[in-house]
Amino acid sequence: MAVPVSTQNLVKNTLDNYKFGFKTKNKAIFKTPQGGLTREIVESISNRKKEPKWMLDYRLKALEIFEKKAMPKWGGDLSGINFEKIHYYLQPQDKPKTDWNDVPLDIKNTFEKLGIPEAERKFLAGTGAQFESEMIYHSLQKNLTKKGVIFESTDVALQKYPELFKQYFGKVIPAHDNKFSALNSAVWSGGSFIYVPKNVHIELPLQAYFRINAENMGQFERTLIIADEGSSVHYVEGCTAPTYSTDSLHSAVVEIIVKKGARVQYTTIQNWSTNVYNLVTKRAFAYRDAEMFWLDCNLGSKLTMKYPAIFLMEPGARGEVQSLAFANTNQHQDAGAKIVHNAPNTTSKIVAKSISKGSGRSTYRGLLKVSKGAKNIKSHVSCDALLLDGASRSDTYPTMQIEESEVTIAHEATVSKIGEEQLFYLMSRGLTEEEAASAIVNGFAKPIIKQLPMEYALELNRLIELEMTGSVG
Amino acid sequence: MPLTLTKPMAKTSKKISSHERPNKIDVLEITNLHANIGELKILNGINLTIRSNEIHAIMGPNGSGKSTLCNVLMGHPKYEVTKGSAKFNGKEILELEPNERAHLGLFLGFQNPLEISGVSMGSFLRLARNLNLKANGETKQISPMEFMPMLKGTANLLKMDEKFITRSVNEGFSGGEKKRAEIVQMAVLQPKIAMLDEIDSGLDIDALKIVAEGIVETFKKNGMGILLITHYQRLLNYITPDFVHIMAKGKIIQSGDKKLAKELEKNGYEKILKNIK
Repeated sequence: MAVPVSTQNLVKNTLDNYKFGFKTKNKAIFKTPQGGLTREIVESISNRKKEPKWMLDYRLKALEIFEKKAMPKWGGDLSGINFEKIHYYLQPQDKPKTDWNDVPLDIKNTFEKLGIPEAERKFLAGTGAQFESEMIYHSLQKNLTKKGVIFESTDVALQKYPELFKQYFGKVIPAHDNKFSALNSAVWSGGSFIYVPKNVHIELPLQAYFRINAENMGQFERTLIIADEGSSVHYVEGCTAPTYSTDSLHSAVVEIIVKKGARVQYTTIQNWSTNVYNLVTKRAFAYRDAEMFWLDCNLGSKLTMKYPAIFLMEPGARGEVQSLAFANTNQHQDAGAKIVHNAPNTTSKIVAKSISKGSGRSTYRGLLKVSKGAKNIKSHVSCDALLLDGASRSDTYPTMQIEESEVTIAHEATVSKIGEEQLFYLMSRGLTEEEAASAIVNGFAKPIIKQLPMEYALELNRLIELEMTGSVG
Repeated sequence: MPLTLTKPMAKTSKKISSHERPNKIDVLEITNLHANIGELKILNGINLTIRSNEIHAIMGPNGSGKSTLCNVLMGHPKYEVTKGSAKFNGKEILELEPNERAHLGLFLGFQNPLEISGVSMGSFLRLARNLNLKANGETKQISPMEFMPMLKGTANLLKMDEKFITRSVNEGFSGGEKKRAEIVQMAVLQPKIAMLDEIDSGLDIDALKIVAEGIVETFKKNGMGILLITHYQRLLNYITPDFVHIMAKGKIIQSGDKKLAKELEKNGYEKILKNIK
């Protein structure tokens, strides 16, 4: 069989294969200086955005919380983050455009290369594109605008829909939730604001694409989705960045409210370059008979810490988190899910799959909580880890807090290593070692991938194949 | 001592093409093959020649090296060849990757077929078939429209539910289904030399009959050479071997025709092993 490729080669292959690593020359029209996060920086961001006073106060309060809170010690290694070096706000153009032709050429070319305008024409109901700190483009199909659907940059929504905004902003994830939600609350910029009126079903996905371009960049978008009673929406986010020798930080906050009988699917295909810390807080409140579905695919980044959460607030609510993590050389995917059953007759499901390769590390970290009084709960948790070689690592930290007795909970976890025997079996039929390993990995990931809309499934399969080239160790 | 086999070998210098068989005779010639696993010697000088249109059966007690022989010939990385050669149509194969041996026309039916989750049997076999065709200079690939009816036909021959095509490779298959699926794979991949490692183990009498019939049908149609590894004579009630070899301690200690298997059945290994000594 093939001689194992050295780690060095693997790193090289991974970097070479990361086709999103290109850089665009772009002169920001405004950016905050390096040297650490200060009150002045927060004020300048808020002033620049001409925000109402309450938002500035909210930001400053959040800054205090951020400064007080210690770095979390329980997850991945965060010691490489240098808050002094980060540009907290970088504005690439004046305001979001609704026509790609109005977007500055260099930025537009970036998104052309990423295939965003093409995707919009083919299969999207609405598109947002964020470059550095700002949404540079946002557009929604006209028929949806007529039905009262709102799909805007979060900054624009604050100006255009101040009451609706204030009613829901920060209610699902308060600034003091954790250090990084506090940081986001202090310096947030961009992200999507979505409101789907009662009984409106958006058939095609809405997509937002997040691109970090500058070095030492901090991207802190803020997304808020409100699905009113009986409505449904599928939101997809993608993210990439150039490969730099210094680290960037992406720390988003995503809040979702799923009202009575509504359904929200939130799909992520995270493919940051391997110099990005990806520390994201995502949480949804699901009310009576509502359904929330997180589909979370993490391929890139240096360290991802992300545990999409669902609070089941009223009877009949259903929550599901399905995730796929691929940890390659020098990567740690610390991902999982949180489900909190706060009401009786609620159900949940967690399916977490991880693949580790070339000394990559993946961690499943999950919380399943059943509050007192939440009777007749059903929950199913399964986590499967696949290790491609002896140097890779996988850990599972499932936490259960069950305060009620009438519950049905199933938990299963498996760890498997791609075996010599499996590879030999497939090779004996005529597949090379690489083809055999790819087939095993694709087969392992298939239950997650098949949940994606076709275009994304094809893209994700292709990305996994890129990660797999360069042989198995 | 090399075995002398009675069937004549047709000499031809023509380029191999799957369409030209069964006129072309393929030969797998194993000479003085030694192999270890770690420090442990398992094969201690195997000599055996298998040609197209021949059925060889290797019998022997547990631990005699029968399965190792198949695995070494297919290129399992666990084993180290320390001496000897194995040539397929004159070409040394022992340095080749398993997939390269498959492309030449070798096939191994596994004693314990592996499960591959999420990979459907149908798409996997079409991929394997197309990779084999490509490696043999065939530019045309088989489309699903052409391939799936053929696979269904073969599945029917082995009395397998057609649904097995869309199921993951061997996942959730019963022991018998796995063995039948191995024969379906053999029939579809059309090897030139097929090694079947204890294809009869774990089968009840009905399943055994189905598997044996599948092997015989494929043999009649494709005329490949077959190496059957088996513990028991009962498989040979359905498949008549041209040659029976008895293996012990990593060597072939006796060869004969089908009568040898009967004799073995009657007297057991003990007696034969004693007689040899």
